[in-house]
Amino acid sequence: MSEDIGHAPRRVIMDAAGVQRALVRIAHEIVERNRGVDGLGIVGIRSRGDFLARRLQSLIERLEGAQVPYGAMDITLYRDDIHRGADHPLVQITEIPWEVDGRTVLLVDDVLFTGRTVRAALDALMDFGRPVAIQLAVLVDRGHRELPIRADYVGKNLPTQRTENVEVRLSESEGVDEVAIRPDWPNANAAGRGGRVPEPAGRGRAQGS
Amino acid sequence: MLFQRPHLLGLEGLTADELTFLLDTAESFKEVSEREIKKVPALRGRTVVNLFFEPSTRTRISFEIAAKRLSADTVSLSTQASSASKGETLADTARNLAAMRPDAIVVRHPSSGAPDLLARHVDCPIINAGDGAHEHPTQALLDLLTIREHKGRIEGLTVAIVGDLLHSRVGRSNLHGLRTMGARVRFVGPPTLVSPHFAELGAELVHDLHEGVRDADVIMMLRIQRERMTGRYFSSLNEYSRLYCLSADAVAKAKEDVIILHPGPMNRGVEISSTVADGPYSVIMDQVTNGVAVRMATLFVLVGRRRSGKDKDEASDAEESGAMEQPEAVLLRRAATGE
Repeated sequence: MSEDIGHAPRRVIMDAAGVQRALVRIAHEIVERNRGVDGLGIVGIRSRGDFLARRLQSLIERLEGAQVPYGAMDITLYRDDIHRGADHPLVQITEIPWEVDGRTVLLVDDVLFTGRTVRAALDALMDFGRPVAIQLAVLVDRGHRELPIRADYVGKNLPTQRTENVEVRLSESEGVDEVAIRPDWPNANAAGRGGRVPEPAGRGRAQGS
Repeated sequence: MLFQRPHLLGLEGLTADELTFLLDTAESFKEVSEREIKKVPALRGRTVVNLFFEPSTRTRISFEIAAKRLSADTVSLSTQASSASKGETLADTARNLAAMRPDAIVVRHPSSGAPDLLARHVDCPIINAGDGAHEHPTQALLDLLTIREHKGRIEGLTVAIVGDLLHSRVGRSNLHGLRTMGARVRFVGPPTLVSPHFAELGAELVHDLHEGVRDADVIMMLRIQRERMTGRYFSSLNEYSRLYCLSADAVAKAKEDVIILHPGPMNRGVEISSTVADGPYSVIMDQVTNGVAVRMATLFVLVGRRRSGKDKDEASDAEESGAMEQPEAVLLRRAATGE
């Protein structure tokens, strides 16, 4: 994770308390909408979606007294842009140690952007079985969808410019809970293709898609 | 922490970071083989050619399964079916294959250096699946992965590699990989099969089996490669097995939690006794399972990153990153794309 760059002022959108409140509300919504948590399973999309999924799991446990099965998924192998970059990040382990068949699966990610990551996650999940239904929870929906995908639970709707960068930091990975906007990629103009925001190396999926 | 090289020709010269990246990637791929649907779309539309100029069952099938689990199309050629039997040179075979635009070529050849030659004539990634007595990098990677899984680390371990080291590409690749990762490596065998030159590569040389496996964390047995032996390296197979066959007695000299590896195919009763091969210390089947994961990782890392010269936009990227590309290959590609 690169540190703040001088010429690009960051705007903090959510602090630790804001992130926590959003997750608590989402947990309530999940329980309400599914009328309990029977037959539910939570799968986080690496990286960061898995941490959020863990938090939702424990928040739901506190509400309902039941532990919802948890899994984590790396969707690198399902991306539609893996052949475009010069190289790719380390493929992380996917583990869904329970039957997907017959369950309602709650997918969790940090940022919903173009929808391409979620498309990949849906494909990956289908390879594990046939869920009864799939729901999507995200901490931030920043708009600019390129596919017909929407989230069922949203922590915060955040109108953004395409060129802006939404940074999600979580205590599990970055030591602090925070959502911030940075106006521009330092090299957005140099590398942009067809108006698509590039993902600089090392930034990983913080950008969301 | 990325693997930037265009080919995998050997483990010699790879850094510990590069090896670790390949092993970590392989570890993630293991899970795919445990799914009900053992397939991911990562290399959809890619073509992997398996070019085997030497008999192989395990390695060829392992590469084929790995490619298929990544959704790549595979074509396998073996010596009998290829035009090598009609007198075509390796370079010509390579040029012809390159003109069909595969996305990777996996090659096994009886001559050391054949994959390097191929890499100079084609512009797609070459993966060495064993060349002469030189290297067999994916075998050593799967050995490293198996060791790391069982021991939790590689650094600081003592690894005894026993047998026909002179003719063994597995031994050489393991020596490079293990030394880079910080293990101690002992080469154990009769002086005719353990050349003093191996000491220059960082191996300790031991000629007595019991001495060689003493306090070892890992014992790796190698096959006696009779098909490669041109002279007499020991007076009889019987004598060899009396001195170097890994028996329960010998295993008792190693550490209590020793693991035993063998790259296969095994000659039971020659270099390894059945009691040991099927015993509790043997991790030979884990090696086979890990072989698929390591080959998936290798194919994914080498093939999954760029579409070399397939469309104009990316052709320039490919030229920048393909610094190792030879002028002939560029000319060939230009000829093929009509530039």
